[in-house]
Amino acid sequence: MEEVPHDCPGADSAQAGRGASCQGCPNQRLCASGAGATPDTEEIKEKMKTVKHKILVLSGKGGVGKSTFSAHLAHGLAEDENTQIALLDIDICGPSIPKIMGLEGEQYVEDNLGVMSVGFLLSSPDDAVIWRGPKKNGMIKQFLRDVDWGEVDYLIVDTPPGTSDEHLSVVRYLATAHIDGAVIITTPQEVSLQDVRKEINFCRKVKLPIIGVVENMSGFICPKCKKESQIFPPTTGGAELMCQDLEVPLLGRVPLDPLIGKNCDKGQSFFIDAPDSPATLAYRSIIQRIQEFCNLHQSKEENLISS
Amino acid sequence: MEAAAEPGNLAGVRHIILVLSGKGGVGKSTISTELALALRHAGKKVGILDVDLCGPSIPRMLGAQGRAVHQCDRGWAPVFLDREQSISLMSVGFLLEKPDEAVVWRGPKKNALIKQFVSDVAWGELDYLVVDTPPGTSDEHMATIEALRPYQPLGALVVTTPQAVSVGDVRRELTFCRKTGLRVMGIVENMSGFTCPHCTECTSVFSRGGGEELAQLAGVPFLGADMAPPPPLCPAGSVPLDPALMRTLEEGHDFIQEFPGSPAFAALTSIAQKILDATPACLP
Repeated sequence: MEEVPHDCPGADSAQAGRGASCQGCPNQRLCASGAGATPDTEEIKEKMKTVKHKILVLSGKGGVGKSTFSAHLAHGLAEDENTQIALLDIDICGPSIPKIMGLEGEQYVEDNLGVMSVGFLLSSPDDAVIWRGPKKNGMIKQFLRDVDWGEVDYLIVDTPPGTSDEHLSVVRYLATAHIDGAVIITTPQEVSLQDVRKEINFCRKVKLPIIGVVENMSGFICPKCKKESQIFPPTTGGAELMCQDLEVPLLGRVPLDPLIGKNCDKGQSFFIDAPDSPATLAYRSIIQRIQEFCNLHQSKEENLISS
Repeated sequence: MEAAAEPGNLAGVRHIILVLSGKGGVGKSTISTELALALRHAGKKVGILDVDLCGPSIPRMLGAQGRAVHQCDRGWAPVFLDREQSISLMSVGFLLEKPDEAVVWRGPKKNALIKQFVSDVAWGELDYLVVDTPPGTSDEHMATIEALRPYQPLGALVVTTPQAVSVGDVRRELTFCRKTGLRVMGIVENMSGFTCPHCTECTSVFSRGGGEELAQLAGVPFLGADMAPPPPLCPAGSVPLDPALMRTLEEGHDFIQEFPGSPAFAALTSIAQKILDATPACLP
């Protein structure tokens, strides 16, 4: 994999492509052409005109279930055959979505559910994507600009943990195309919440609407004795208290069901394997709330345009 | 940098261990913290360097959140966690004015801070420096390895959970280690199973088999493998989900000291012992 120079001024800086350290960089021409800024965002805006709703799935914290949630949000929405769903995985270093969706390279899970991920571009499961920020940004821009999305009702964007290049880029590139909002995933522990608070502040800083928070891995029901335990104890009040403090909606709590992990490993929808699980019911309720948010948003937009 | 002219702040550090994973949320910070505590209980002087700039978890895990960082003549003084100064910590968490403020930096700025962290913390004499990393194979990891390279790290512990989804990411991390010349000391499988406190049934909450599969794929030791005896009713050779461990991490207490009978204790102390056994003896 190619490297960008250590002193890269940044693809969107005034020195992009023109600095001394840019000599010999694989992205030099692209940066120097000034194409880093406006023309691409305009192109992306055009491409996104056929995409009705865009939802980002975020978390400050890793391993809380963003990809699992994104996949099942996509599965849930795609159950309506008349709805066209696209799932974009911009976790470039750790692209989990192909595996969770059971895809080896083909891009359609169902006729109405398509997936794009850097995972499809890697020739071996051992290939490491060792890219610095500017190159990751370039890939994300390519995904948004060069993929022929077509008529899509919901574009779900699964993100890596953190608040860095990928997050800044996707928000910047989609800014003119309008993002409906972000769904933020957490687990009940403080170690997770402390990162999620940062993510909420990030959303506010970049003026990204927050659809709400999902508390994942919220309680475990033993398959043998059916009693509940807290594997990840909410020592500081869990997502509920955090949402109250920060005035964001709590969309719901999803309990830990061992069948979720198993189905993700097999690349199957958990809803099919465990239709009556409390986790399935929780997911469905959350998905409904997300749809309601998007529809409400859409009618507000339409009212604004017509008034 | 004047690395040739003076030994620098890492000269007194005998062994450097990185804790890596391609996957987020598998327990890198937990393993880093518990490894450090276990090594310290074995009589070693330990430092922890937390280079997760977006999600610095370790200050809270050690009850050190809000502590101030002071400058000394050789750079930043690390935060000491005990009176005997046997365990110290540096994290970006200490430098944030408001803990809820997100560090929203692009790569080049993250690289600059990591270089500073590695070279400008006055660690003094340490037996072990445990370096906790964020998930992935990007700017932070490259910057950390480049900055540490002159000091020849002992190697990396690579952490996974049992699921195939985790293995899928972590095998890429193993490639990263190979490409950057970092020796993998072993695989740690975390969150292996949960023993119901009501009926003692052990459930594989996050699927099973990942740690062994990775260890075989990569030809590296599976560090929990010959732990004896295994925790009752749980799969042998890995770190189980342990609510007592979770709680001490939330509350910033010393799990190794407080819960010697707990399910995760045996696995964690076994991993620390393997590190001690794998450490080359130093000449006095």
